[in-house]
Amino acid sequence: MAQKILLDKINVPGIKGYEVYRQNGGYASVEKALKMTPDEIVEEVKTSGLRGRGGAGFPAGMKWSFIDKKSGKPRHLVCNADESEPGTFKDRFLMEYIPHLLIEGMITSSYALGANLSYIYIRGEYMWVFKILEKAIAEAKAAGWLGKNIKGSGYDLELYVHCGAGAYICGEETALIESLEGKRGNPRIKPPFPAVSGLWANPTVVNNVETIAAVPWIVMNTGAEYAKIGIGRSTGTKLISASGHIKNPGVYEIELGLSVYEFMNSDEYLGGMSSDRPLKAFVPGGSSVPILPANLIYKTANGEDRLMSYESLSDGGFATGSMLGSGGFIVYNDTSCIVRNTWNFSRFYHHESCGQCSPCREGTGWLEKVLHRIENGHGREEDIDLLWSIQAKIEGNTICPLGDAAAWPVAAAIRHFRDEFEYHVRFPEKIKNRDHFVEEPFEKVKHLIAKATV
Amino acid sequence: MDRSIRIHQDINITDALMARINELLSHYPDDKRKSALLPILHEVQDAHDNWLSVELMDKVAEIIGIKPIEVYEVASFYTMYNLKPIGKYMFEFCQTSCCAINGVENLMDYTCDKLGIEVGKTTADGMFTVKGVECLGACGYAPMMQLGDFYHENLTPAKIDQLIEDCRAGKINMTNHGTEDITR
Repeated sequence: MAQKILLDKINVPGIKGYEVYRQNGGYASVEKALKMTPDEIVEEVKTSGLRGRGGAGFPAGMKWSFIDKKSGKPRHLVCNADESEPGTFKDRFLMEYIPHLLIEGMITSSYALGANLSYIYIRGEYMWVFKILEKAIAEAKAAGWLGKNIKGSGYDLELYVHCGAGAYICGEETALIESLEGKRGNPRIKPPFPAVSGLWANPTVVNNVETIAAVPWIVMNTGAEYAKIGIGRSTGTKLISASGHIKNPGVYEIELGLSVYEFMNSDEYLGGMSSDRPLKAFVPGGSSVPILPANLIYKTANGEDRLMSYESLSDGGFATGSMLGSGGFIVYNDTSCIVRNTWNFSRFYHHESCGQCSPCREGTGWLEKVLHRIENGHGREEDIDLLWSIQAKIEGNTICPLGDAAAWPVAAAIRHFRDEFEYHVRFPEKIKNRDHFVEEPFEKVKHLIAKATV
Repeated sequence: MDRSIRIHQDINITDALMARINELLSHYPDDKRKSALLPILHEVQDAHDNWLSVELMDKVAEIIGIKPIEVYEVASFYTMYNLKPIGKYMFEFCQTSCCAINGVENLMDYTCDKLGIEVGKTTADGMFTVKGVECLGACGYAPMMQLGDFYHENLTPAKIDQLIEDCRAGKINMTNHGTEDITR
């Protein structure tokens, strides 16, 4: 059994409530932290090597050390619980089943940052989880873990949960801050970074739920112990949301460095494919990261075992690799149509673009439109190059990473599955049914493209 | 009659709703009342047949002390605010990747056929709306939909039949108060 630090107590009956959580060692990290200096805690988190679990993987301790303490302005910690990346549902699981772990992490982390007013920004669709968190905060406050002079330490903290209202873009930290200020979720131009000018122009740190939930363990067991878990610069454990054509979908806590093969096939984890249909492709880190074909899943291009780590999943760059991202692990068997799936992702990004930057606002619309016509049998031979050209013009040309996130899945699909796009263009009569590869997987009809080539 | 042409709405800010609004306002510094806008709009919408008319948005602006346009621009940006009347029970199907590969499109067709409406429309009796939305973060339990505060997961045509029946019988719980033990 691999070590678990976030979900180790998830099966304790009643762990959702304060009493049971406390009896099982809950809030001990707050007691310990209040006897340490804030800088000591920041050092522990730096030593741990903990990286941002929302997708970008930026070292959390370093992010914390950037917060402006000189200006004397109030500081804030904002937890990003706007989990909306397709394929990702880990934060919801954690907040729903062990809400006090997040509250405890928020208190300990707020103390380390010198924040006296902190927020958890949760997506509006998770309304029942919003209410679970409100209840947990009230319980923590009643027990003296929040409010003025916490446990006689002289430290004050107010913590509130704030809900969004349906906008993927608010997962981007500056859009999230705008939204928390009661505005549209338009990302801000950086710099200034939130660490200097964030919520209400005050120094702010925005961290993912899973990142904050790891802090209590680090405070209790030291950063050095945390850094022993995992592999290389991928320290600690990671929550993986597994979905698609697998036997056991769900949320798993793994030690980073586990092999993709073992994660996919062992009964402790995904248990292999859901049916006898073979593995065709996978997306390891949420819809934004490149999709990989079967031959690049278990081994990297140079024949090494592919591991569940930031480095191994991105081995080979975008040519033959992908990214760990948010840990949204989506598996496709051979009944899936890559063109249809890519169109689906593009529709998502078009819908979710905030509309501020023209390359993203217009480009995501064109990607969706061109993919839609290819998938519906109206594609043209030159459309594949057109798609390539559109995505290349979005990438790197927008204020926030949503543009890149919209471009990458399209680029990867063309890079690895170009023949499938060609098939759609050349045999429109064979893709009329939306489930066209269910009866006749692409492998069986692939030979037609070779014949049709002039 | 197309309900979407109705633009007037009876506004009723009850004492309980006003108390909740004031509680939400207290979560932010006194000079940052606008920050409470999103949570307040959720509460106000829930109390007004799940939609926001211009009059209602004006009322919210007045309560918070901001300009009406600041409310309109927010309400029109976020998908969860309904700017026209919708059915009492809105089935919001997730259409993104995992739900799509698990057959949500066929399931939406099934639901629409059963209710005799198209996606995005409301039944003539005002009971049901069927809507397609983007990823709801339940990919491992696909296909799924949201109904009120809750998620209904691993859907099948039989489960849809049951849900429709339960809605008609008034047996569907739409809001969670943080106390229910949710198991799936």
